[in-house]
This record gives sequence, structure tokens and C-alpha cells, in this order.
Amino acid sequence: MNYFPDEVIEHIFEYVVSHRDRNALSLVCKSWYRIERCTREKVFIGNCYSITPERLIQRFPALKSLTLKGKPHFADFSLVPHGWGGFVYPWIEALAKGKVGLEELRLKRMVVSDDSLELLSRAFPNFRSLVLVSCEEFTTDGLAAIAANCKSLRELDLQENEVDDHKGQWLSCFPDSCTSLVSLNFACLKGEINVGVLERLVARSPNLKSLRLNRSVPLDALQRILTRAPQLVDLGVGSYVQDPATETFVKLMNTMHKCKSITSLSGFLEVTPRCLTAMYVICPNLTSLNLSYAAGIPGSDLIKLIRHCKKLQRLWIMDSIGDKGLGVVANTCKELQELRVFPSDNIGHHAAVTEKGLVAISMGCPKLHSLLYFCHQMTNAALITVAKNCPNFIRFRLAILDATKPDPDTNQPLDEGFGAIVQSCRRLRRLSLSGQLTDKVFLYIGMYAEQLEMLSIAFAGESDKGMLYVLNGCKKLRKLEIRDCPFGDTALLTDIGKYETMRSLWMSSCEVTVGACKVLAKKMPRLNVEIFNENETADCELEDEQKVEKMYLYRTLAGKRKDAPEYVWTL
Amino acid sequence: MAKEGLGLEITELRLGLPGEPKSSMSGNKNEKKRIFSEIDDDNGGKEEKNSTGGNLKTTEPKAQVVGWPPVCSYRKKNIVNEATKMYVKVSMDGAPFLRKIDLGMHKGYSELALALEKLFGCHGMGEASKDAENCENVPIYEDKDGDWMLVGDVPWEMFIESCKRLRIMKRSEAKGFGLEPKGSLKYFIEGVAN
Repeated sequence: MNYFPDEVIEHIFEYVVSHRDRNALSLVCKSWYRIERCTREKVFIGNCYSITPERLIQRFPALKSLTLKGKPHFADFSLVPHGWGGFVYPWIEALAKGKVGLEELRLKRMVVSDDSLELLSRAFPNFRSLVLVSCEEFTTDGLAAIAANCKSLRELDLQENEVDDHKGQWLSCFPDSCTSLVSLNFACLKGEINVGVLERLVARSPNLKSLRLNRSVPLDALQRILTRAPQLVDLGVGSYVQDPATETFVKLMNTMHKCKSITSLSGFLEVTPRCLTAMYVICPNLTSLNLSYAAGIPGSDLIKLIRHCKKLQRLWIMDSIGDKGLGVVANTCKELQELRVFPSDNIGHHAAVTEKGLVAISMGCPKLHSLLYFCHQMTNAALITVAKNCPNFIRFRLAILDATKPDPDTNQPLDEGFGAIVQSCRRLRRLSLSGQLTDKVFLYIGMYAEQLEMLSIAFAGESDKGMLYVLNGCKKLRKLEIRDCPFGDTALLTDIGKYETMRSLWMSSCEVTVGACKVLAKKMPRLNVEIFNENETADCELEDEQKVEKMYLYRTLAGKRKDAPEYVWTL
Repeated sequence: MAKEGLGLEITELRLGLPGEPKSSMSGNKNEKKRIFSEIDDDNGGKEEKNSTGGNLKTTEPKAQVVGWPPVCSYRKKNIVNEATKMYVKVSMDGAPFLRKIDLGMHKGYSELALALEKLFGCHGMGEASKDAENCENVPIYEDKDGDWMLVGDVPWEMFIESCKRLRIMKRSEAKGFGLEPKGSLKYFIEGVAN
């Protein structure tokens, strides 16, 4: 098979970067498998319980960058009880023991203790990049360890984590010798930070490209920081409260003129809307704008700002922008690729965005490929129009605030609308459904959604047939998560081999029984089938006929996990 | 053997009402499917545990389902505060400067009336219940469309959504406009009277 010496093949493999391509290479033949595994530096593990760290280290001795995901996606919506799992400490311990030259660690939905951060900071001399997304359990003490001990730290990126702020001086723990920072994001921290320390840190970081501040950094500090770092590309504003008739504000306006490199803007966690005028000068350069946490900006000011943002490719916004505002986006942001519209009022009393806004966007933004849209209502006609206008969707997630609402114009389920989406968007990889839906929508999905990898279903369907259409039809399905649907044992057990081709299946508040789960677990030893019944522990006798509250199953080479809490029963 | 079509008509994408009524739409559905509104009722009745182990018992008029809408918990916690602030300017005829009031802080017209009285030291609005015709000050507001409206015509929730600024007008100015305080100030008066 090999006409070239190994070194040549190794060199060629250096150009192959994506995980999927690398995985494909390793399957070609034994010698390619060997060469690939010895040269792979980046590994992505979508489920931390699918494999043991020891096995990972054994296969990839050159490992430098690791991405791990822990809890199931529905944990984001409070459906996974506390203590379920996803602990990173055993991974870091094993990597340290294995003397891995770890440089980058990216974690999502994992439990990260201060001890793990401490160990991480000490065990890997070349460690340079830590990204934590939706993680929990660590405090600013752990961050202090990272700051103090990681001599060549380039990136510390904290996104949407629950961090206990001990109000210590973690930022001061960056030594004076630390001048390598490229990216620093602490927007999710609640506590005060020493602004002087921050300014000095920025001043000695000439490579700093990305800086996202938390609420405690006031506008005057922002102005001074921007003066020191005009090379910034990505800025997250913390507090943006000021009387526009002050010298401080005028200074900021002038400073913004020098920040020509900023292409990504976010934050505004507290804001005086009138002060947004200072941002107009950088708006024409923005490709990414995230105002989804800027609850203090009323719709009219959002619209004024967006009128200046003609180059926008990514926009995350709150529904206070309204349908009219989305019309302005459609007229202004012709390059738009990704749009997320979040609900500004969790209870959903007022009608902020509807199907009209989405239709307007689809007409004005033909390059749109990723959508997350929280709205009050949706119609089949609108979805059909959107499908026609935007055939390039890769991700389409619709969340109607009233989860089983039918089409308000016709009182029909939204089967036809979603059917049009899957039929038109041949490259669709991720889909989230909502609204009143029968089994029909699943028939359409099974028939047309050939590239679908992830499907989220809630309060939909009428019978087992719905789930079966999906399992039979979607050949590339990797993650299926279902809540509150009438899918039961027949659906679960008809094609059990399918689950080994998928990463995971989540079913909660459905019609699945304990007995069926037991049968599945027995027949498929390489699946972990976990059920949680919160009001009982695993010691209680669960009867076969009992309905399962929550079931999470995933393929694994690691066997049953040993760190499951009491209420989780691995069958 | 009955002659059946391929059944492909089910795959036909079309809008509007289905041709033939499906056979078993009704009976089974209600037994098997836990529909959204049932869960709403459940939440009203029993206690549900959320992920932090606390009890999620809501007294909201529309009960919430755990995890819907699917907004991640970090985002939920970090949005709440700002959104409830609704500061609007309040001007009073004859006063040298304006004030600001947070509409989100008040639960109804009566509280608003009291707050306005405190701000400007004016009387009359609180007494509207007793004798509307003798009310010295008439509260009006500018709505989202830029029109000036009499305070009290619409329910409170609708009012706070559309109110952009307030003005306390002297009754003498309004005299030419044929105000019908008992009818138009219905909600306002009812609120104050309670």
C-alpha cells in the first residue's frame, strides 16, 4: 500500500486537520493507522464516558490538544440533576501521569474542581490554552492557579460558567513576566476585579487580540484599556454606563476611532443606551455582534446600532428587536450567516418576534445557514417560504415559547412547515422542533434529512411510529434527544443496533419502561444505559412496568462508569 | 387482499386541511401523549425539583414547564435583572424640571398614582376615586406610536408596555376635550380605589 516512506506520509498528514478526515485516514490500512495515531495532536471526544483517558493516551502519544464534553445537552435546561457526572479531574490526572505534553484543553458541560485546575496548571509546562464552556464547580481560586503557574498561557476563555467568586485577586496572579496573552475572557465572573491590575496586564500583552470583560469593569477603565490595546480584534464590553455629557465619554468616542481592528463585539452587561453612539464608528467593520446579554438596550437602540453593521455575518440578539427590527437586519446585513434571537422575557408575556421577522430575514439574507429562533408563533406558510429562500441551512432550531402551539392562521400542526425545511435544506445537520407536531413531521425527517446528525424533540408526535421514522431514515444521526413525547418501548427496541452508530440517546418523560431499558442494556453490552428516577435511589426495586423518568444511553468502550451518583442506575 | 395504494399521498407536501380525516387521531393520543398543557397543570399542583435540588413551585398565572423554553440556565439567571427596569420621564405642568420613574417597580395604577404624588408633591390623583371630576391633575402618557393617551384606559400590563413618557397635565388645560373621567379613567380609578 505504501509507495512512500513513512516520513513523506507523515508530512502529508500534517495538512489533514479535521477530526473526521483524520478518523477516515486511520481506517485505510494498518500502516496509515499507525502513522496517523503517532502524529495526531488534536483529539475531540464528544462524550467523556465513551472512552478511558488511558486508552486515549495509549493511542495518541503526541497528544497536545484535547476537547472533552461531559453532560448531555439537556443538562442546560435543568433536566439533569446535580452530581450526574462529567468530572474532569480523572482526565487531568491520567494525562499528567502519562506525561502528555498537553497544551490545550477545551471542556464543555463538565465539572471542573479547583483541584483539577491546580493540577492542570502544574503538570504541563507548555500549557497555553484553556477554554471552559458551561462548566461548574471551580472558583476564582482555581483561576488564580492557572494565572500563576502557566508560564506561557495564551488563552483563558470562560464562557457561561457558574463560577464561585471568592473575590480574591486572581487577576493579580498573572506574573509580570506573563506577556503572552492572546485571549482573555472573564465575562461570566460575577465579582469585582482590580481594574489597575487588568490595565497593567493588558499593557504588557502586545499580542492580545480578544478581551471580554465582566460587569465590574466600568466605562472609564474600558477607555483606558482600549488606548493600550488598539490591536484588539474581539471586544466584550462589561459595564457601559455613563452620562454622555462627560469628558470620559468624549474620550471614549475618540478612542473608538483608533480601534479599527475590532471585528467582533459583545457584552454590554449594563448599559446606557445613548452611549452606544460611540460604537457606531466600529460597526462598519463588525462581522460578529453578540448583544444577547444586553438586556438594557431597548429595541429602538438595537435597530439604530445595526443600521451601521453592513458586514455582519453573525448576530446574537434578544427578541426586543421585534419583527420590525429583524426587517432592518434583513435590509442591512446582507452577509448574515448565523442568527440567534433569544427571549428577553422568560415568561413570554409579550409578543416580540413572530414568523414575520423570520420571513423577512430569509428574504434579505440568502447566506443564512445557522438559526436559533425563540418566537411566539410560527406558521407553515412562513416555514415554507423560509425553506424556499434559504436552502443552505446547516442548523435550524426553532423554539416556540408555547411548545405545542399550532399554526395560528390555520390551526394545523407545523408538520408541513418543517417538512419543507428538511426537503429544501439538503445539508441540514442539526434540527430542533417545536409547536404542535404529529408523526407526519418525523416521516418527512426520516425521508429527507439525509445529513441530519442531531435532532431535538419536545412535546411532539403521536405514536412510536414517529421515533421509528427517524431512527430508520436518518442514516447519519448521532445525537437524538427527546422529552415529553409518546414514544415507548416498541420505538426504543425495534432497531437497537442503531444506537451503536450514534453518540447518545436521551429520552425523558416519554413512555419507555424500566423493563425495556433492561432488555436493551442486556442485548447491547457496548452501550451504557442509564436511568434516573429522581425520587428513588438505585437500591429501590424498580418494577419492569414502571415508566422511566429519564434515560440516557451512549455507546462506550469504557464499560460502566464508576462515578455515577445514587439516583443513576446503570443497567 | 384489499387493494391499497402505496400510501405515498402521506408524503405529499401541501398546506391546509388534510383530505380524509385520520382514523385514530382522537382516542389514543390523549392517553399516551403528555401534552404541554397537562404538564402546565401538573406544575401548578405538585412540586417539581429542579437541578439544584430546590422546589420549583410557581405562582405565576401561566405555569412554567421545567426546561421550556430551552434557554440555558446560565442565560436565564443573567437576563432577569435588567429587563424589569422601565424608567420613563415624568413631566408636570409648571414644574421646572422633569423626574424619572421606574414603571417596573409598581404593580398597578394605584401604586403609580402614589409614586407620582410623592415625586411632585401634588394631590388629586389619589383622590380621583372619591371625586373624579374635581381631580386637579390629569395624568397622560405618550405611547409607542407617539400619541398622547389618557392614563387608565387599558389594563396595567398593556400600559407599562406602551408607555414611553408621562405628563401630569392641569385639568384646566384639558377642559376643552370633553373628558369622561368615570368611563375613561376606569382602570385608573378602580386601581386607586382598591
